[in-house]
Amino acid sequence: MFAPVYFDHNATTPLEPAVFDAMLPWLTGHFGNASSRHDYGRAARRAIDEARSQVAAAVGAHPTEVVFTSGGSEANNLLIKGAASCLTPGLLAVSAIEHPCVIKPAEQLTRRGWRLHKIAVDAQGRIDIDDYQALLAQRPKLVSVMLANNETGVLQDVASLATQSRATGALFHTDAVQAIGKVAVDFRRLNAVGVTALTLSAHKIGGPQGAAALVLDKRVEVEPQIAGGGHERGLRSGTENVAAIVGFGAACELLEQRLTAAPRLIGLRLQLESGLRTMGATLFGEAAERLPNTVCFALPEVDGETLVGQLDRAGFALASGAACSSANPEPSHVLRAMGVPAELARGAVRVSLGYANTAAQVADFLTTLQSTLCQLQRLTAMAV
Amino acid sequence: MLNLPIYLDYSATTPVDPRVAEKMIPYLCEKFGNPASRSHAFGWEAEAAVEEARDNVAKLIGADPKEIIWTSGATESDNLAIKGAAHFYSGKGKHLITVKTEHKAVLDTCRELEREGFEVTYLDVKEDGLIDLEVFKAALRPDTILVSVMYVNNEIGVIQPIAEIGEICRDKGIIFHVDAAQATGKVDIDLAKLKVDLMSLCAHKTYGPKGIGALYVRRKPRVRLEAQMHGGGHERGFRSGTLATHQIVGMGEAFRLAREEMAVENERIRALRDRLLKGLSDIDQVYINGDLTQRVAHNLNISFAYIEGESMLMAIKDLAVSSGSACTSASLEPSYVLRALGRDDELAHSSIRFTLGRFNSEEEIDYAVKLLHEKIGKLRELSPLWEMFKDGVDLGSVQWAAH
Repeated sequence: MFAPVYFDHNATTPLEPAVFDAMLPWLTGHFGNASSRHDYGRAARRAIDEARSQVAAAVGAHPTEVVFTSGGSEANNLLIKGAASCLTPGLLAVSAIEHPCVIKPAEQLTRRGWRLHKIAVDAQGRIDIDDYQALLAQRPKLVSVMLANNETGVLQDVASLATQSRATGALFHTDAVQAIGKVAVDFRRLNAVGVTALTLSAHKIGGPQGAAALVLDKRVEVEPQIAGGGHERGLRSGTENVAAIVGFGAACELLEQRLTAAPRLIGLRLQLESGLRTMGATLFGEAAERLPNTVCFALPEVDGETLVGQLDRAGFALASGAACSSANPEPSHVLRAMGVPAELARGAVRVSLGYANTAAQVADFLTTLQSTLCQLQRLTAMAV
Repeated sequence: MLNLPIYLDYSATTPVDPRVAEKMIPYLCEKFGNPASRSHAFGWEAEAAVEEARDNVAKLIGADPKEIIWTSGATESDNLAIKGAAHFYSGKGKHLITVKTEHKAVLDTCRELEREGFEVTYLDVKEDGLIDLEVFKAALRPDTILVSVMYVNNEIGVIQPIAEIGEICRDKGIIFHVDAAQATGKVDIDLAKLKVDLMSLCAHKTYGPKGIGALYVRRKPRVRLEAQMHGGGHERGFRSGTLATHQIVGMGEAFRLAREEMAVENERIRALRDRLLKGLSDIDQVYINGDLTQRVAHNLNISFAYIEGESMLMAIKDLAVSSGSACTSASLEPSYVLRALGRDDELAHSSIRFTLGRFNSEEEIDYAVKLLHEKIGKLRELSPLWEMFKDGVDLGSVQWAAH
């Protein structure tokens, strides 16, 4: 039995051993409800407070700016719908390449009188500046642009976008779920230029599934989406998931270490990309600044689903599009927004590397890909 | 040797059963896949575990696995059920009925709907904490679309007549939601018989982990909901967001154990609870809150008259108990549940909730009884009110000077 190589870190990451060690006591002996006033409860409260400080410190925020949620999707829903509830309906803008958990709540708001503009991107997946400026001229009230795209890894210059939107008075949110741990994210600096909220998630940075945070400028009014009990300063009710929150904090403690290793990830990515180019692959967002770990590519006349299936059998776990929307057979909305023809988009495959991956694994992968490709092309030739 | 403080607050949260933790750990470590990953073995392995857990959760309540939607906990389930159904069926009417003794997750959600233009009737309960079915029937209106009643009250442990309410609701075509966070593993729940349309569940009150819950959504007759969390379309579009596999596995295992062990366990816990009750019954001026028969085995809620609740809690620090619901104990307001029973502020303030569970022993109960006798004696010795009561002064007639 051989262990498959995991190349799908943008879907979820393995838990760091130190994070597991931090969590374990909270799954066993320490079990209090943080709202209880006895020793068991107070210990849980202290653990949550410490985790809140760790999360805040990792992104240069104040602990009181951190609102814990059950996941990135919930945090994005909370911000988009919650902020909109406190404003009179008007124009709302999200980039066309956002994760569905930003796009869908934004679309929901159109039923409450909001107008939705999806900000165009260029062929490299970067925000189209002309479209953005035209948008700003219409004075949007709420803008959400992700820091790094989950499918292509393309980074947006969020600081510059926020600076530009600031004059219009728009609230500016950025989904940083894929960025954190791979590039430096500093809420204080972003906040200074007009970013009012930012979303983080534990399970993309070596933490557990089940904990995430909305980092929120406290001057921004947000209506809670889950009522009942008034936890998280009234912004999110429900008994706190102590173990996962502790794990989130512990994962944040390791962030700096992760960032120091980012150049090594870039090395692996470059190795992968040069191999892919020799096979004639199209690399999406190639000319844009991208995450150190993400490559999204398509090979001529090869179906992405088929390729990923073959590679899985050969021992490599990767995705043919975002994990969260893999159930959807439609070609990726991200690639379509970049103007990629549907046919080519159907071939898209994503490799997202992690800190445990090695150069030898990448080399093996390229060899396997080459032979898989030959097989597939032979099959195609026979079919024709 | 006893481990102090003794945990008697199982309705606030339970420890994770070691067997549950053991089952969860592989899904935190080597089996870390995202169950939504459809293209590799890591994802399939996680998905298979999620489905096994769904099956176990469904079995405990006599449901079909397809009727189980994962959420982050009972609070989210209550929000999804009540707002989701109210929004979906708002074309039929805008009136809801719930009860004054519900959990905040239900009450606050109803308040939110009132701000949106819905009308909500908050039913009174009888002195024993139970709903009067005649009062309930009288509150029904032609435009009533949703009724929400908790199965087991978190503070006083009384069991509401869910079967009867279900019959009435089904008869009139009204959606019936039940918050069963405090009921799983304590009362037999069979949704094949009960006419309940939506049921909120959570793991951490039944020896599973925090951060995971579920909403039962009936398929026959089909109940529709408007999703409250939008995104990747997980959980058949009812609830988007990456599933926390290890937590789901934990809930499944916890519910499987509950199904297997609840019959024996509840009798053991009932014996402990009765031992506690018997041990305290010779103390003068104690009042049991809530009906003692229509009640789960593990709950005892008692008011100790002429003692101030806060000083009581300080005096019995060796017992981890609540004075009121954990979720509201940040405030010093007297419990709204006890107020709804007609208890006056003083008795509500002097109440202690003991909730027993899987890991309590007779020895612990005996220790608690002895400690309570001792401390109550001391506190009352210091209490001028107790002295006045002993002297036969009717405290209700005393005119207190303002400061």
